[in-house]
Amino acid sequence: MTSKQVSLGFIVNSPGVLSLIQDAGRYGCFNLGLSNGGPADAQAFYWANRLCNNALDASAIEVSVGGLQLTAQIDCTIAVTGAPMLLTVNGQAKPLWRSFKVKAGDNICLGYASLGVRCYVAVTGGFDIEASFGSTATLCRENIGGLSGDKLQVHDVLPINTPSNNTKHVQQLLAEQDQPQYANHLMLRTVQSYQYQQFSTVERSLFYANEYQVSQHWDRMGYRLEGRAIKADIEGILSEGICYGAVQVPADGQPIVLLNDRQTIGGYPKIGAVISQDCAKLSQLRQGDSVHFQAITMSEADNLFHLNLARLQAIKLIPCD
Amino acid sequence: MSVIISDAIRLEVAGENALILYFFEPKLRQGNVVGSISDARDNKVISTKLNKQVQQAAQLIRFHLADDIVDLIPSYASILVVFDLIKIDHHQLRNKLQVLLQDTDTQAINQGKVIKLPVYYSLESGRDLPRVAKRAQLSIEQVIEIHQAQTYSVYAIGFAPGFAYLGEVEQRIATPRLSSPRLKVPKGAVAIADRQTAVYPADSPGGWNIIGLCPLAMFDANLSPPMPISVGDSVKFVAIDKQQYLELGGKICN
Repeated sequence: MTSKQVSLGFIVNSPGVLSLIQDAGRYGCFNLGLSNGGPADAQAFYWANRLCNNALDASAIEVSVGGLQLTAQIDCTIAVTGAPMLLTVNGQAKPLWRSFKVKAGDNICLGYASLGVRCYVAVTGGFDIEASFGSTATLCRENIGGLSGDKLQVHDVLPINTPSNNTKHVQQLLAEQDQPQYANHLMLRTVQSYQYQQFSTVERSLFYANEYQVSQHWDRMGYRLEGRAIKADIEGILSEGICYGAVQVPADGQPIVLLNDRQTIGGYPKIGAVISQDCAKLSQLRQGDSVHFQAITMSEADNLFHLNLARLQAIKLIPCD
Repeated sequence: MSVIISDAIRLEVAGENALILYFFEPKLRQGNVVGSISDARDNKVISTKLNKQVQQAAQLIRFHLADDIVDLIPSYASILVVFDLIKIDHHQLRNKLQVLLQDTDTQAINQGKVIKLPVYYSLESGRDLPRVAKRAQLSIEQVIEIHQAQTYSVYAIGFAPGFAYLGEVEQRIATPRLSSPRLKVPKGAVAIADRQTAVYPADSPGGWNIIGLCPLAMFDANLSPPMPISVGDSVKFVAIDKQQYLELGGKICN
C-alpha cells in the first residue's frame, strides 16, 4: 500500500452511540458473501450530499441515536439531515436540512434524537476515506469499510476531499415542505414475493391486517417485529439469496425485515419484500414503534420508485447566506 | 407472478428490484403446471446437477446482462437477480432472462478447480467429533476418514464473507445442528450441519458440529482474490497433524 498524504478534516471528540462512515453501498460483492451496507435512510443521505453539492454517493457519517461531537481542522461547508437531533456549532443551535460554513476550530455537536434514529453529516467535497471492495460503507461485523473496519472512535481523524472552487462556498436549504417527516408509526408497502404462496390466504390476511411493534432487536441488519404470529406451510427452504427489504418469517412466526447489513443468503420462508423508500423510513423507527404492512404489486412498486426519484430530482434547493 | 422459463427453471418476484430464478428437476413437472410448481417449491433436496445449472445460468447472466444487473446471488438451486431500476424494469428483464435461459443445456460450463484444504482433526480441535461419531455409531477415526473421502462441491457462498457451503457430506456422518448455537465458533473451524460442511472464515456464532481446524484463511480482505475458492470449485479435505497445523499458521484457542 502506498503511503497517502494526510489531509485535514475533522477530529472525533465523541463518536456518540454509533457513528459509521457510509457511502451509497457496496455492490458486486455478493459472490464473496458481502452485503450492501450503505445508508440505512438513503433519502436523508441523499439530501445531505445534495445540500453539499456532492456526488450523490459521496461518503458521509451516519449517526445513530446521536451524541457525535467533532472539531473542524479546516474551514469547510457541512450539512446535517435526518432525524431531528439538536445540532450546535460552538454551543449555538443550527438548523438541519441546510448547508452552512464552519471554521477551523469549530466544535460541532449533535444531541439525541427524540423522534427518528439516524442523521447524516456530509461535508462539501466528501470524506476522503479509502474504499474497501469498492465502497467505504462500514460493516462492523465483518471489519470492513470505514476508517479501519470499525465505527468511529474518539480521536479518529476524518480527512475530507478538497472541493473544487465553484462548489466551495455554496450554502443552501431544503424547504420545510420538502423535508421528510418522521413518525412512530409507518405503513410498509410490500411486494408479495418469494414464498408468499406458502402462506395460506388466512395467514396472509392476518399479516396485512395486524399491527406489529418493533422489538428490542433493531439494527442495520434487520428489524425484528412483534405481533400476531403468522405461520408458513413450510418450515424452511433451501438457502437462497435475500434482497433488501425481504420479510423473513422464522418458526416463531414473528416477521423480520432485512436491511442493509443483512446476511446474503438464508433458509427461512419469506412472505414479501418492503420497497426501498419504506425500508429507509423503517430504519428511523426504534423499539416500541409500530408498523402495518400493505400488499402491493411489482408494477406498483416500480411506479412508486420512479415517482419518488422524479420528485426528488424536481425539488430545487433554496440558496441562502 | 410465477413464470415458467424452461422445463427446469421458474421465475418469481423477490423484491422491488429483484427477481429470483428457481431450478428444479423436470420430473417434478408431471401433471398440471400448478401442481408442479408447488412440488418444485417444496423441493429441499440438494442436487449437484441443479447446482451446476445454477452456475451455468449465473455465468450467462453475468456475461450477457452485465449492464442491467447490480449483482447476483447464486445458491443451491436458485439465483437472486438484483437489477438496476433506472436501466430496466421487471418486464424487460423477465423477457431477457427467458430468451437467455431457454436452453441452458447447450452451453459449456466452466469446470472449476479442485482445492485441497488441510485440516487438523482431533479432540482438541474438533470438540464435536465424539457427538458425530456416537450418533453415527462409528469410531472417531472412521468419521475423519469418511469426511476426507469425499470431493465436495462449492454450492454457495454467503451468510458471512468467505463462508462456503460445501456438499454433500456422506449420509453416515450427517449430523443436525446443535439445538442451541454456540456464541463463538473459532476461525478455521471445520464443521458439519446435516449433509453440508464448511470452514468458518472468522470467529462467529454458529450451530454446526466442529470436527477440526483448517489453518488457511478463507477470507482475507487484503488478498486478491480474497477467497481461495469460488462457487463451482471442488474441495478436498486432507488431514494434517498438530505440528503441521501450527507451522501453517494455525492457532489453538480455548
